[in-house]
Amino acid sequence: MSASLIGRPLARVDGRAKVTGTARYAADFNQPGQLYAVIVSATVGLGRVMDVAAAEVERMPGIAAVITHRNAPKLPYLPHRAVIDPAVGERLHVLQEDNVRFYGQPVAIVVADTLDHAERAATALRVTYETRQPLVDPADRRAEKIVPEAATRARALADRSRGDADGAVAQAPVRIDETYDIARENHNPMEPHATIAAWNGDRLTLWSKSQYLVNEQAEIAAVFGLPAENVEVICPFIGGAFGTSLRTWPHVTLAALAARHVARPVKLVLTRKQMFFTTGHRPRTRQRVALGATPEGRLTGVIHEGMGETSRYEQFMEALTNVTDYLYSCPNVRTQYRLAQLDTSTPNHMRGPGDASGIFALESAMDELSYKLGIDPIELRRRNEPQIDEAENKPFSSRSLMQCYELGSERFGWARRTPKPRSMRDGRLLIGMGAATATYPAFHAPASARVRLLADGLAEVEAAASDMGPGTYTSMTQVAAEFLGLPPEQVRFRLGRSAYPQTPSHGGSWTMASVGSAIRAACLEAQAQAARRAVADTRSPLFEASVGNLEWSAGHLRRRGEASTGLSYQDIVARTGAPVEAEGSAQRDPEVAERYSMHSFGAVFAEVAIDPDVGTIRVRHIVGAYGIGRVVNPLLARSQCTGGMIGGIGMALMERTVLDLRDGRPVNAHMADYLMPVNLDIPKLEALFVDEVDPHVNPLGVKGLGEIALVGTAPAIANAVFHATGKRVRSLPIHIEDVLTA
Amino acid sequence: MAENPSELHLPGPIMSRREALQVTAGAVTLAALPPETVAATSSSPAVVKNDMTLTMTVNGRIHTLTVDPRQSVLDVLRETLDLTGTKKGCNQGACGACTVLVDGKRIVSCLTLAAMHGGAQIETIEGLEKDGVLHPLQEAFVEHEGLQCGFCTPGQIMSGLGCIAEGHAGSPQEIQFWMSGNICRCGAYPGIVAAVADAAGRT
Ligand code: FES
Ligand code: FES
Repeated sequence: MSASLIGRPLARVDGRAKVTGTARYAADFNQPGQLYAVIVSATVGLGRVMDVAAAEVERMPGIAAVITHRNAPKLPYLPHRAVIDPAVGERLHVLQEDNVRFYGQPVAIVVADTLDHAERAATALRVTYETRQPLVDPADRRAEKIVPEAATRARALADRSRGDADGAVAQAPVRIDETYDIARENHNPMEPHATIAAWNGDRLTLWSKSQYLVNEQAEIAAVFGLPAENVEVICPFIGGAFGTSLRTWPHVTLAALAARHVARPVKLVLTRKQMFFTTGHRPRTRQRVALGATPEGRLTGVIHEGMGETSRYEQFMEALTNVTDYLYSCPNVRTQYRLAQLDTSTPNHMRGPGDASGIFALESAMDELSYKLGIDPIELRRRNEPQIDEAENKPFSSRSLMQCYELGSERFGWARRTPKPRSMRDGRLLIGMGAATATYPAFHAPASARVRLLADGLAEVEAAASDMGPGTYTSMTQVAAEFLGLPPEQVRFRLGRSAYPQTPSHGGSWTMASVGSAIRAACLEAQAQAARRAVADTRSPLFEASVGNLEWSAGHLRRRGEASTGLSYQDIVARTGAPVEAEGSAQRDPEVAERYSMHSFGAVFAEVAIDPDVGTIRVRHIVGAYGIGRVVNPLLARSQCTGGMIGGIGMALMERTVLDLRDGRPVNAHMADYLMPVNLDIPKLEALFVDEVDPHVNPLGVKGLGEIALVGTAPAIANAVFHATGKRVRSLPIHIEDVLTA
Repeated sequence: MAENPSELHLPGPIMSRREALQVTAGAVTLAALPPETVAATSSSPAVVKNDMTLTMTVNGRIHTLTVDPRQSVLDVLRETLDLTGTKKGCNQGACGACTVLVDGKRIVSCLTLAAMHGGAQIETIEGLEKDGVLHPLQEAFVEHEGLQCGFCTPGQIMSGLGCIAEGHAGSPQEIQFWMSGNICRCGAYPGIVAAVADAAGRT
C-alpha cells in the first residue's frame, strides 16, 4: 500500500465544478413545472393568528395557493428524535395551530407560478394577531432558569464536581471571579436554506440543503407518516452551514406540504431575513468563572457556571462548561449548566458549539490570573498541565497542548512580547499579544460506506455524507485511493444522497473519523472479495492460491514476496464479469472509548493593533498550532483552520444578533447589519500542525478539525486586546466603546 | 422578499421592495422602458400583469425575454434562463454572491432590474470556460484554495474579473479592499486574494 496519499496536499477534486458554476446546490435543482413557495413569517413575538386575509391575495396574478393553519392538512408528526434534536421538548409543528411562539414563526405560505408573484403576494398578505408580550431577554429576572433535564453528551451534565471547589476558591491566596457574556450569533452561511420538493404518488424527493441527509429523510417521513424509504434527500453540495443545517427545520416540511397541496414540484428558499428566525443560532450565554491559585500559579479551585438561552418548546443544550473539566490540573472543580427559556426559536449547534463559548470564559479568566500572578500566560498553562483527564480519571489518547504552545509561540514571535499591558506600540497604535488554548472532543459515530470496483478500473465509493466546504469529496477520495492502492484519479467518491450507506451528521468534526473509517473498512472488504474471486477463477494465475498468502500493493494482488505484476482490480473484475461491490462500516471500539479521554488540543496566538484615540481594533496576525492526530490533506486542513480563525474574528469583534425586547424581532437581520469579516478584515493567518500519532481514536488516527479551528480564537483576541489597552473586555463581541473607556 | 407589510410601516398601498426601488428610481426606470410598458405599469399592480419584452445577451447568446418589470437580473438568470451558477446569498445587495458583469462592469444582480437592462451584455460564471479550458482566474481559484463550500465562488470570480479590469489588483492590500464587497463565510479570503493576484499577474 502506498503510504503517501494520506497527508498529501491534493487539490480539490470538485474545484472545477465550483469555479465553473456547475456545482449544484439545493436551489439549483429547478424542476419542470415547478412552482415557487414563499413563507410569510409572524410579525409578532407571541400570540395567536386571528385572521389571514387569504382571499385578497388569491386573486393576485399567478397565485396557486395560500396555505395557513386553517387549510393546511393535519400532519401525523410521528415521534422522531435524532441525536441532533434536543433531548427534551418537541419540534415546532408548522401550520398546525394558531399559536405564535416567537417572532418570525411561519404563519402562512404562498405558492405561485413565479418567484416574483409569490414574493409579491406574501408581502401583501394581511395577517392579524392577538398579541402578548414575549420574554426574549435571558438577563431579565422573569426569565426562568431551569436545570436541563438530559445530557446530550456524556460530559454535558448540568452539574459536575470533584473536590470542594467553592471552599478552595474562597481560601485561595490569589483569586479571579468574573462574569462573561456572549451575544447571540447566527450561522449565516452564504447559501440560504432551500428545499425543492416533488411528489410522485406517495414518494417524495427533496433537493434540500442538509448536513444530515438520512435524518432529514427519517424526519420528513415521520412528519408525513410515510415509510422512510418513500423519501429521498439529495444534496451534493452545501454552500456553508456551520451547524445550521444539522437539524431539519420547518421550511422543509412546508416545501413538501406545499408541493402536495398544489400537486406540482415546489421550490422554497428562505430569505436572508428568515435565516434569523427558524434555523438556529449560537445561544446567548452568561458565564461565571472563578479561579483560585497559589502564588506560584498552581490552580487550587475552579468554578464554572454557565447559562444559555433556549426556546420554550425545546431544551437546547451545548457543551458550555465541559472543557473546564479536563483542560487543567486541579483537585477542586465544579461546573454548572442552566438554561433560560424564552419566547424565541430554538438555538442550534454553531461551529465549536458550547466549547467555543465556554473556552472564551475559561481562557479569559486564565489570562486574568496570569496578570494577577505576574506569570507569563503560557507558563501558567504549563504549570497546570495535567498528566491525565482528572475528571474521568483516564489517560488522554493523545495530548500535545504544550507542543502546540511551543510551536505556535515560536512562529508567532511570543518572545517579542513585553508582559506589561499597554507597553507595546507601533507608532501611535497600541499593540497587544494574547494566547489561548483550544480544544474539542475527538468524536466518532457509526458510519458505513460502499465500494464498487468496475470493469474499467475505476472505483466508485458512496456514503450518505455531506461536504459543506471542508473538502469531504477530496479527503475521502484520498482515503479510498490510499486503501485501494489506486491513484486518486481512479476513485469516484459520491455523497449527498440519503439512499447511500448511512453516515452520521456532517458536524462535530467527526466526518473524517466516522466516514473515513467506514470507507477504509469498505475498501478492505472489497479487496477481500476481489482476492476470493481471483483464487476461485480457473483462468487466474492465482487460481487456488491461499488467500492468506496473497497481498495487495499499489492496487495489485500477488503472492506474498513474489515479484510478478500481479492482478489489478480491473483484471479480476473483467475476468469475472460483475463489478465487485462491498460495504463496510466502522465505529469506535467501546472498550477503547472507555479507556481513553479523546480530545484535540491547540494553542492560538493573536496580535492586535488598536488606535488609542478612536478605539478601532484590527487583528494583525493569528497563529494557530493544533494537535489533531493525522492530517489527511494539509492544504484543506490549513484552509479549514484559517476559515475557523476568521469565524473566530467574527465572534470576537463583530457578530451579534440583536433582538428588539418589545417583540423579539432580530433588528439586524440583514447581511450588511449582521457584521462578519470581509476580505479587508483578514490579517496574516497561519495554521500549524504538530506531529501527533494517536493509535486509539480510530483506524485513521484522525481527531477532527472543523470545530477546534474556531475554538480559542476569540479569547486569544480578547486577551490581546487587554494586553494592548489594559482594559479587560468580558463580553463578545468587543466593541470600540469597550476599549475607548479604558 | 416575504416581509409582512405590517413591519414595513408603509402607509397606503403596499409595495414590494422592488416596486419601492422602482418608484424611487422612477425617472430612470420609466425612461428606460418602451412606451407601452409605461402605460401598463401605471395600472393597478394587483390585477394586471405588466410583463415586458426585451433582449439580453448572456454569455454571447441573445435571449428575447418576457420579464416582469420587478424581476431582478439575478432571478431572470436563475429562474427564467436556468443559469444557476450565479448565486443568491442575500437578495439584499450586501454579500456579492450574485455578482455578474453587465456591459463589462461588475454589479450585484439581485439589486439590478432586468427591465432596466434591455440590450445589455451580461457575463456570468457559466461563460468563462472556453472549449473546455478554464479562464486563468478560475484556474487560480482552484490552485490557491480560493474556495471552500464554493457558494460565494461564482460571485468572487466575476468580481475578481471586474477588480482586475478596473486596475484594482495592484497589491494584496488593494485586492483585499476592492474584493470586500464579496463575503466568504467559509473564510477562504487568503486564497481568494492569492488567486486574484496570480491571475492579475498572468493577464
Ligand atoms: S445576493 Fe446579491 S448581494 Fe447578496
Ligand atoms: S467558499 Fe463558502 S462562502 Fe466562500
